[in-house]
Amino acid sequence: MSNQSVREFKDWLAFIIGGACVILAMIPLISILVDVILRGLPALNLEFLTTGPGVIGQPGGGIANSIEGSLILVGLTCLMGVPLGLISGIFLSEFGDNKYGRFIRFLNDVLSEFPSIVVGILAYSFVVLLVGSFSTIAGAIALSIIMMPIVTRATEESLKLVPSTIRDAAAALGIKKWRSTLSVVLSTGRNGVVTGVLLAVARVAGETAPLLLTVLGSQLFFSGLTKPVDALPLRIYRLALLPYASAQQQGWGAALVLIAIVLTLNVGVRLATRGRMSSVRS
Amino acid sequence: MVERRRMGQLRRPTSDDIFVIQSGIFASAIIVVLVLTGYVLISGSIPVWSKFGTGFLTGTTWSPVREVFGALPYILGTVVTSLIAIAIGVPLSIGVAIFLSEMAPHAIRGAGSGILGWFVRTGIRILSNGIELLAAVPSVIYGLWGLFVFRFWILDYVETPLSNYLGFVPVFSGAPFGLDILTAGLILAIMIIPTVSAISREVMTAVPLAQREAAYSIGATRWEVIRMSVLGYARSGIFGAAILGLGRAVGETMAVTMVIGNAIGAQALPTSLFRPGQTMSSLIANEFNEADPTSLHPAALIGVGLVLFMFAITINVLAQLLVWRVLKIKGGTVE
Repeated sequence: MSNQSVREFKDWLAFIIGGACVILAMIPLISILVDVILRGLPALNLEFLTTGPGVIGQPGGGIANSIEGSLILVGLTCLMGVPLGLISGIFLSEFGDNKYGRFIRFLNDVLSEFPSIVVGILAYSFVVLLVGSFSTIAGAIALSIIMMPIVTRATEESLKLVPSTIRDAAAALGIKKWRSTLSVVLSTGRNGVVTGVLLAVARVAGETAPLLLTVLGSQLFFSGLTKPVDALPLRIYRLALLPYASAQQQGWGAALVLIAIVLTLNVGVRLATRGRMSSVRS
Repeated sequence: MVERRRMGQLRRPTSDDIFVIQSGIFASAIIVVLVLTGYVLISGSIPVWSKFGTGFLTGTTWSPVREVFGALPYILGTVVTSLIAIAIGVPLSIGVAIFLSEMAPHAIRGAGSGILGWFVRTGIRILSNGIELLAAVPSVIYGLWGLFVFRFWILDYVETPLSNYLGFVPVFSGAPFGLDILTAGLILAIMIIPTVSAISREVMTAVPLAQREAAYSIGATRWEVIRMSVLGYARSGIFGAAILGLGRAVGETMAVTMVIGNAIGAQALPTSLFRPGQTMSSLIANEFNEADPTSLHPAALIGVGLVLFMFAITINVLAQLLVWRVLKIKGGTVE
């Protein structure tokens, strides 16, 4: 075999190995989707989605309280995490070209890859111990700490894509900087910001570890901000570890509901903004 | 008098100044969060450090009843599972990144515009988005899948053969059960693929075109271009991506908790891949709710959290510095 064909063979081999890596990496995703759908579908029915948990170990009962808890938690999280992340992101994009800005951006990147259970300890030590019990509000605070850096980064990246001519045009009309940032720049970069927020919502909706230390989980429906509440991921965790087949099947059912929510958000956002926001990482 | 004159010289803050300052204050929330986390972890674990000192890091006994705590098995558990994740996950991710950023675009161009071209384009787009979706799957669902599906794959196709043929090697000793350190490490390997491959892709895309063109101009094949120009140039960024993956593996909680077998104390020392173990994060997830608030137990768990915090900070800072340096060279698109 000539030197040239050896080199071409290596080129071909590298292509095959690369393709094999991609396919190998796809197997878990496909298996997860197939298993969650096949095992979760039999558990799904109206009762499962509309009633609270039944007797442990017996068939029957549902996950309505967990769905409700998750919705409340995510809603409260957005109330706190989105404004904070949004304004930080605006700051970094518009005024962050200095030492302080670089420092904040660096910390933001560090925090966005942070172990979520440590955030749970933080919320536990401050909120749970202050309130005196595991509570919804503690969970929402923990989740908003996780959400904030994601929103900040997405906001910064999408505002940076806004052409500077738009800022100049606003300035030429005599519009104050703060006014043009809020009404011109932000609304031009709106799509990217919304994308980032939705991806952050998808992320916190599936977050479990900090909830273990903050909202604890509950068999009951929501009964107040300072009371424990249930959440979908927590319920999946608890059901999966129960030694009853019916409970495990309910766990798969809950997983199907959760993954449907999370993937709908992700795929929906990607389809809606295809090709435009490749720089936003979830 | 002097004071007043200086005051007079300062211009009054405009609405723009106020806006900058206020948003800057909001942005400082991130500093507050990190400082508070450090404070909580240190102050919460002081009782443990004053009682055991560094013995907390080297002890292997974990007994809430006798109030003796040593975190060594969990520190080692985290290190070993993360290393497995890196060893398996990083090469795979680099393969994925090379394929999707360097080879797939060629294949798309080469496939033409016919029906074959459409298939290739659609297939590659699905694969590329599919890898990203791996990151979107919640960790508890990885745990559920690991507990009921993946565990048996590993048990039947990896552990049982290894145990039959290589059982005499200490790391493969013991009867495989499927819920052990190896399964935890492998599930972590899957979970870091999207992170590591996404950042590797970003870094590879940042390699200047001139680098590639130079290699092509001396007659290099596509693979030689990738090996010489792209990988050579992006090396430290890919290294940063691997370390970022390490950070994610170290902090990952739920999936590990559900598949690692949750051993306690000296039992959890990772002496064999086929033994149940425990990582720092899974220990906290398992025991925090059951800890008696009047005992040392919560303080010991917060102490483990502090060690985890140190690990995560060190790893992430290192990774950010590496990735950031490579992307900065490109300038313009990414600062």
